[in-house]
Amino acid sequence: MAFGPFLLLATLEGLLQAAVLTLTALGLSLVFGVMRVVNVAHGEFYMLGAVFAWWVASMFGMHPAVGFFVALIVSPIIVGAIAFASERLILKRLNYDPESTIVATIGMLYIIQQTTLLTYGPDARPVPAPFYYRIQLPWFGYSGYNLFVIVAAIVMLVAVWFVLSRTRLGLIMRATQFDRETAQAFGIPIERVYAFVFAAGAMLAAIAAVLIVPIRQAHYLMGLDPLLLSFIVVILGGLGSLRGTVVAALLIGLSDGIISVFFSPTLAKMISTLLVALVLVFKPEGLFGAKAR
Amino acid sequence: MLEISDLDVYHGSSQTLKGMSLTLGKGEVLCLLGRNGAGKTTTLRAIMGLARAQRGSVRLDGAEISTLPAHEVPRRGIGYVPQGRRLFSELTVRENLEIGLMTRRSPRRVLDEALALFPRLQERLGQVSGTLSGGEQQMLATARALCIDPSVILLDEPTEGLMPSMIATIRDVIVTLRDHGKAIVLVEQRVEAVLSVADRVCFVENGRAQATMPVQDLRDDPSLLSRYVGVG
Repeated sequence: MAFGPFLLLATLEGLLQAAVLTLTALGLSLVFGVMRVVNVAHGEFYMLGAVFAWWVASMFGMHPAVGFFVALIVSPIIVGAIAFASERLILKRLNYDPESTIVATIGMLYIIQQTTLLTYGPDARPVPAPFYYRIQLPWFGYSGYNLFVIVAAIVMLVAVWFVLSRTRLGLIMRATQFDRETAQAFGIPIERVYAFVFAAGAMLAAIAAVLIVPIRQAHYLMGLDPLLLSFIVVILGGLGSLRGTVVAALLIGLSDGIISVFFSPTLAKMISTLLVALVLVFKPEGLFGAKAR
Repeated sequence: MLEISDLDVYHGSSQTLKGMSLTLGKGEVLCLLGRNGAGKTTTLRAIMGLARAQRGSVRLDGAEISTLPAHEVPRRGIGYVPQGRRLFSELTVRENLEIGLMTRRSPRRVLDEALALFPRLQERLGQVSGTLSGGEQQMLATARALCIDPSVILLDEPTEGLMPSMIATIRDVIVTLRDHGKAIVLVEQRVEAVLSVADRVCFVENGRAQATMPVQDLRDDPSLLSRYVGVG
């Protein structure tokens, strides 16, 4: 294949990676931005999203599309409920102390991961794609489902942007993010906001997982890679900056996809990590770092 | 209307309020005077539930509010203008006011009344609040508190860092609010501002109210200032 078409293929793979990464990292960024909690268990919510998608798709096996779209709704709801319960039972009791919550979410990571291993097992299991359609370009054929994932992620991003910037709920979240004490002084119940945000962050990761699981398969260890990449994205974009998260996810996702296709996935991870190191040295607050009180 | 008795508040291991007691009537302006660190701001924060009281009570119209979650206190009708304004500076003027209106069922009337006091804000509704001048930011912080439609307003150094014309505007607003029956607790360093708007003065020292008196006593005997605050 000539260089041009090969670059196009690599870019499409990069966009797919960026789409899923943006949703996952957005959840992590939202939780950190509003709650100042570094959620080390975020990747496990991603993994749970995929595992529940397999479970739901297996139950509604009459047609792959039915199973998939039911999973796209049900799986994030279950994951959101688990995250909500975790927030009430653990993070709230720790008074959202930044250090304690890091340790607590590490604990949550292992509890979720090992519970999944005990119940779901060690095997990677596929979820059928809702449809199989191949787009035939002059140089190569490309999966229509991959493009669907990219479009679905864009739709989700627009929805998140709309909620945050155009609704009362978004205003409450932004006010809490900016100054939690003053928000309370104006009647905003910040603990309820935190519970909602933690669940919403986990649901975004779960949606990303449901979208990707027909391509990557569900496995109990699949949360580690997205967690690492999400941290890279969130640090690069600026902790708590949603705009930064989207830009950094595009940057990392595209570079990861392109470098993986042209060279190797290991080199792609090395370059991403090096990029974060450089940002931490020269612009510690990230590309779009938001200052908070 | 507002009654604080024997309030103890700790910040870590240090006690910042030691048996603070105050009363405030409807349509009254009570000014808290004292040195830095005396406990004036902590008193306001304790009323708002932002600093938790280990002992004592805060009663509004006879109902205990010190045990309420902090977000319930403004819903009972207490508006707060914090020191340094603490606007949501990345949000627009309109969004800051909308946050003030969240506890209200009929926000339109309350917003109109708040904007009538500060017509300049009407022209700035779409502007990001962090880009306003200091005086406009103080107007917005006060208007935001008024959007709660409070019966009691807590103002923490509202004239800090403002130019004289803006100080006069804020003073006029305080007088208007008092005339409308609002009860006001004012933390203020400018003695002339205190003398022009306060009904009573409370000298705060070491986390407690050392003396409370009608403002006329302070006019008659300015040496009280040097006795309690070390200025004058």
